[in-house]
Amino acid sequence: MSGFTALDLARIQFGFTVSFHIIFPALSIGLASYLAVLELCWLRTKREVYSDLYHFWLKIFAVNFGIGVVSGIVLAYQFGTNWNFFSQFAGGITGPLLTDEVLTAFFLEAGFLGVMLFGWNRVGPALHCFASVMVAIGTLISTTWILASNSFMQTPRGYAIENGVLVPADWLEVIFNPSFPFRLLHMSVGAFLATAMVVAAVGAWHLLRKNDIPAVRTMFSMAMWMLLVTAPLQALLGDAHGINTLEHQPAKIAGVEGHWQNQGDEPLPLIVFAIPDMENETNHFQIAIPRMGSWILTHTWGGQIKGLKDFPKEDRPDATIIFFTFRAMVGLGMAMIGLALWAAWQRHRHAMYSSPWLLRATTVMGPAGLIAILAGWYTTEIGRQPWVVYGLLRTKDAVSAHAVGTLALSLGLFIVVYAFVFGVAITYIFRLMRSGPARYDAAHAATGGPGQAHTPSRPLSAVPDQISTNGSAQ
Amino acid sequence: MGIDLSSIWAVIIFIGVFMYVVMDGFDLGIGMLYPFVPDRHERDVMMNTVAPVWDGNETWLVLGGAALFAAFPRAYAIVLSALYLPLIFMLLGLIFRGIAFEFRFKALDHERHIWDKAFIGGSLTAAFFQGVSLGVYVHGIAVVSTPAGPQYAGGALDWLQPFPIMCGLGVMVAYTLLGCTWLILRTEGALQKRMLTTARPLALLLVVAIIAVSIWTPLADPDVAARWFTMPGMLWFAPVPVLVVVGVVLLLRSLAGDAPLHGPFLASLGLIFLGYTGLAISIWPNIVPPTISIWAAASPPASQGFTLFGTLVILPIILGYSCFSYYVFRGKVKLGEGYH
Repeated sequence: MSGFTALDLARIQFGFTVSFHIIFPALSIGLASYLAVLELCWLRTKREVYSDLYHFWLKIFAVNFGIGVVSGIVLAYQFGTNWNFFSQFAGGITGPLLTDEVLTAFFLEAGFLGVMLFGWNRVGPALHCFASVMVAIGTLISTTWILASNSFMQTPRGYAIENGVLVPADWLEVIFNPSFPFRLLHMSVGAFLATAMVVAAVGAWHLLRKNDIPAVRTMFSMAMWMLLVTAPLQALLGDAHGINTLEHQPAKIAGVEGHWQNQGDEPLPLIVFAIPDMENETNHFQIAIPRMGSWILTHTWGGQIKGLKDFPKEDRPDATIIFFTFRAMVGLGMAMIGLALWAAWQRHRHAMYSSPWLLRATTVMGPAGLIAILAGWYTTEIGRQPWVVYGLLRTKDAVSAHAVGTLALSLGLFIVVYAFVFGVAITYIFRLMRSGPARYDAAHAATGGPGQAHTPSRPLSAVPDQISTNGSAQ
Repeated sequence: MGIDLSSIWAVIIFIGVFMYVVMDGFDLGIGMLYPFVPDRHERDVMMNTVAPVWDGNETWLVLGGAALFAAFPRAYAIVLSALYLPLIFMLLGLIFRGIAFEFRFKALDHERHIWDKAFIGGSLTAAFFQGVSLGVYVHGIAVVSTPAGPQYAGGALDWLQPFPIMCGLGVMVAYTLLGCTWLILRTEGALQKRMLTTARPLALLLVVAIIAVSIWTPLADPDVAARWFTMPGMLWFAPVPVLVVVGVVLLLRSLAGDAPLHGPFLASLGLIFLGYTGLAISIWPNIVPPTISIWAAASPPASQGFTLFGTLVILPIILGYSCFSYYVFRGKVKLGEGYH
């Protein structure tokens, strides 16, 4: 690991563990709401297709939720092990926000999740539906706490500094800081969009394999409607969030746009491709569309923004990375809007379930929303650099003073263990997805209770044992 | 200062960690007993005794970490830095153990041995390094003042010393005994008999471990020695050894009975509680022994107060729900039962 400093390794380790983690909660947020909608549809119409779909996605939700919990444990400890000075400096504000998130998740897991996973035959349909709705609301409350904490780190407000540490002066200002509403909406809708994409892809995969049953059609159709709503909405939210970032973190936007300096009064071009060179303060291989940059960033035809050269060298984020992560996110977003419109057109022609190219494209794009979430987080987090708490604490001053060898060892261990454990878990989720929705038979469902093999309260026990390799549950 | 928030939080974290030790203790113990029970169906039964109730345990650990961060950020930063490698090993052990729990039942026959090994290895690793962390913590953490605040002053391998290793082995014994007596309570027939014969040597091992730690701690740590052997500390500590002797006697007697049920498990719990509280009052009111008190490590009152309300509302609900779970899943777990 020569050439890496302790700071690099601590950042890589955090990026690695948090990237692994975020995929699962993002899907949990989307699936929890999807399940609540399915159950409400089932209660209203009593059409079996909704009950079948509910039980199919419930299994996937359960495994996914379980892995989210396991991968989250590491994060609860990482601030203290790797970011000693951040913990001391910001613990008075981020600590309580994270604790509230844990309490929310804990409360959910202790109560409503058990009813949701195992109560189908034990409680009335209305109460069961209430539990599903509560779990969905709970995931969104958890999201709110986490994003309040992150938004505070991006745009800190409502604090005082006493004895060199942050003190909350006004909790409402801390939580409702300027970037919080934009970030919360952008992430929540992102989770819905990514989940819709996954559901659509599973539906498309089954349709391609001629597993053309009503449940598969229904989930594909629902996901495509959801995509049609959320994909354009996400673009609008992203634009608003970008304008907000321009106001509060202008260096981040300059880096994202690869914008070095204004040329007199010239309107900004939109740089489509370039390789920003931080060392020589210039872009290589630049391809740009004149004037478009001004319109996108200032919504006028001649507006200008600050360039990277307007900031001291030590205050600039690494444009070489965020220029590309931002474009990856936007590109995937555009592709999903395109897919949603294509599907809407095929729906209009009554060919949505039978258009092989649409189904193939949808299957391939299954992970697009999740990758876009990761790319978006890389953009906002790497774009916050060199600060960990914007303008207040630099990342290099936040890291614990561990030896490089220690960090390299722990990072290596994490990579090996995660590869094995999550490889198995993801394989298992794929097995479940492949098995497809089946007719749900309430009479033969595992109920659990004294002496029952292994039932309740664990998310993963909701799944029947021994999924054989061809995907059918035994 | 009407209400001392720091003391309240210290007690909450104390209770939270104890909940974790008790609940995850016997889960990890069952993992460590696996090598002694080769039969697949008996292993199924062992796992089934905890399957319905273990899920909340790891959340207690997350809650403990998060509460420490919120209420005592300085202690969180220093203690977690000092325990860097032991904690990482423990977390990785827990990940393996947790995943094994979930996938062992779902594995195809030729895959199951992988999850058995992961379950055993994860349990051993997690238990051992929890003990090591405890040993390092009780032994005291070297702190140095820097302009940015106090910071851990030792190295990454400082835990590789006799006392923490000894504590690691002690915790392994304690958890294995908890797991063993839990199985005596929850199983019957041949498996229960085997656990009865295993429990006695384990109990004696635990006694040896308690004595060793009790002699070693004051020798290694003059601060603790001063507290133990001067007034008024003596008054606090005098009952502890007496109660330990009572606990050991009760444990051995309950093992000798015909049809033991709750006795051995409760006696083991009592012993572990005594050891745990003994350590806690040896340290109080420090949160980074021997130098930093809970008040010196505390976050501002506005921070401690913010989360306290939610905690005081939600914790009792969670405790109640846990009790309810145990109540629903009471009774003996039988061989081959519950397979669909």
